[in-house]
Amino acid sequence: MGRWKSGPDARGRFGPYGGRYAPETLMAPLVELAAAYDRARRDRRFGARLDELLATWAGRPTPLTHAARLSAELGGAQIYLKREDLLHTGAHKLNNALGQALLAAEMGKRRLIAETGAGQHGVATAAAAARLGLDCVIYMGEEDMRRQSLNVDRMRLFGAEVAPVGAGSRTLKDAINEAMRDWVTNVRTTHYVLGSVLGPDPFPRMVRDFQRVIGDEARRQLKRATGDELPDLVVACVGGGSNALGIFTAFLGDPEVRLVGVEAGGRGEAPGDHAARFGFGRLGVLHGTHTLLLQDDAGQVLPTHSVSAGLDYPAVGPEHVELARLGRAEYTRASDAEAVAALRLLCRTEGILPALETAHALAEVVKRAPRLGRRRRILVNLSGRGDKDLDSVGAFLDEEAATAARGGES
Amino acid sequence: MSAISETFARCRAEGRAAFVPFIVAGDPDLATTEELLIALAEAGADLIEIGVPFSDPIADGPVIQAAGQRALAAGATLERILASIARVRGRLGVPLVLFSYANPILVHGAARFAEKAAASGVDGVLIVDLPPEEAAAEVSPALAAHGLDRILLLAPTSGPERIDLVARAGSGFVYYVSRTGVTGEREALAAELPRQLRAVRRRLRLPVVVGFGISTPAQVAAVAPLADGVVVGSALVRLLHDCRDEPERLALVAARARQLAAAVRPAAAEAGGSRRRMRRRGGPF
Ligand SMILES: Cc1ncc(COP(=O)(O)O)c(C=O)c1O
Repeated sequence: MGRWKSGPDARGRFGPYGGRYAPETLMAPLVELAAAYDRARRDRRFGARLDELLATWAGRPTPLTHAARLSAELGGAQIYLKREDLLHTGAHKLNNALGQALLAAEMGKRRLIAETGAGQHGVATAAAAARLGLDCVIYMGEEDMRRQSLNVDRMRLFGAEVAPVGAGSRTLKDAINEAMRDWVTNVRTTHYVLGSVLGPDPFPRMVRDFQRVIGDEARRQLKRATGDELPDLVVACVGGGSNALGIFTAFLGDPEVRLVGVEAGGRGEAPGDHAARFGFGRLGVLHGTHTLLLQDDAGQVLPTHSVSAGLDYPAVGPEHVELARLGRAEYTRASDAEAVAALRLLCRTEGILPALETAHALAEVVKRAPRLGRRRRILVNLSGRGDKDLDSVGAFLDEEAATAARGGES
Repeated sequence: MSAISETFARCRAEGRAAFVPFIVAGDPDLATTEELLIALAEAGADLIEIGVPFSDPIADGPVIQAAGQRALAAGATLERILASIARVRGRLGVPLVLFSYANPILVHGAARFAEKAAASGVDGVLIVDLPPEEAAAEVSPALAAHGLDRILLLAPTSGPERIDLVARAGSGFVYYVSRTGVTGEREALAAELPRQLRAVRRRLRLPVVVGFGISTPAQVAAVAPLADGVVVGSALVRLLHDCRDEPERLALVAARARQLAAAVRPAAAEAGGSRRRMRRRGGPF
């Protein structure tokens, strides 16, 4: 990809960020995992096996859709959707979960554990475990089990045990804490399928590499559809940042392509009301990596809020922080209300129900498309489908209506 | 020689292991922590580990997690903890080691933290999620510059290369994690522990202190002959919480600490049944 040199360095650093901040018990296993992953990357047989499963079981390649009616409605740039919502299990998460499950099997680890927020990574890991005949335990915050209950049922059908996490804010961060505790205890038999570009090296690069198929495909598909053109803008939502890096990586070497990541603006700017790490975070260490982190003055991690469980996390993948530092990508945020409005707009104009996470990327498109000419192209990573979010959207709209009614009375 | 090294040299001369209690600073409040430090030193602690609470303690089991939550809710911060230590330091004749996660320390900047910790009377610092590789650039030099020992960990997964790395980068003592897992009380000690400790001590000059999952006097007595020190954490933290409504709760914890301290003395181990005998009967190992 041009002259762009993708990190990390030998110490797992993307510029000053990243690294391997793990308890001693995990240090040797992380080195082992990195070695196994590097071997697998060079192993043609491993690549062929993964490609075959992606094609025949997971449904790759996913289509690229020209969103003609959405583009016309916004009255600006042409919008293209990379349809990861059509991937098996309903989100991009499967690209990574399947890759890591296959690697675990290669390493002789018969037990998979994973954290999940929205439930998509849990469902993907449970499905991959079922397909490969591995045991599977998914850690999920109790609050997320409530708001993503459809996915809890799906995981259980795939034979996974869903372990509720009642600590802290009972969301994604706490699920990762609990998964790490399990891994520290059972590391000899167990692989931890981390679901985003987070955690100690080699996770951020490994997850990115398993996800880059999104951007590689989209780049080819867009060129074919437009007569060899590149997008002017690539937009993706950023929880940990795996779907964003999955689509950004293919364009890093094209300086004319602007890359935009969208995080959760939540319901306001006060601590605890959002998950806007680029807006309000400071550098720190959480879950094994040095990165931007929402924390207080004493270094304690702050609670977060987002209408979407998958973006509701206080830290962000270290490679994103480096891309921001270099000015190669920019990061912005969308509020709960903007995301829900964008979700409804896509439903109405294109007949596609996106995940609430994805809707944050669409909210940014709603802001930018009208300012770009009709010949410009925006590529959006449609990271997942929104069936899981129907209850959350309904509850949000009821709440909004009630607030409006109260406002009307006063 | 640092205060920590002197302590282990003295214990070695007495032919015994050191007793190292661990507590969570600020649980239930810092005033109690100050009194508890004094009580533990009087009860026969040779060195005390002071846990700094953190919002996301991935290496801790339920007992220490809950204690950390209570401490944070009561307003404990690293800064206030250091102030408490400074207040009671003169009344404690034993070395103190801060046991923390990386973030509460890094937020202050390594150099500023090290200066404050040393000024408060801390002797060594152990950072659970800061392996030697990540400490090398800033934290280790900052600690060394202020005369603080850099306590590193080893675990059952650590091979010879990591043991050698820790031997080069650590000082004071090495904290050996007795089993893969998180902190917390366990019924039995890991069966491989004696063999692993022998392997570690063959490659290492630093004193080796064993912790994680050791909670009873019998377990302490079983580990003591194999190590230079034994840490008991969750059992004391739980006891303090369980008897929170007792006016004499500090005396109860101190009494427990006295039993644990007695268990590192060889005579006591003898009285409790020799290690070999316990093993034959399916004792602590
Ligand atoms: C559909 C979807 N998109 C995005 C995300 C956010 O994760 P990431 O930033 O790693 O892509 C999630 C996470 O659960 C998700 O389910």
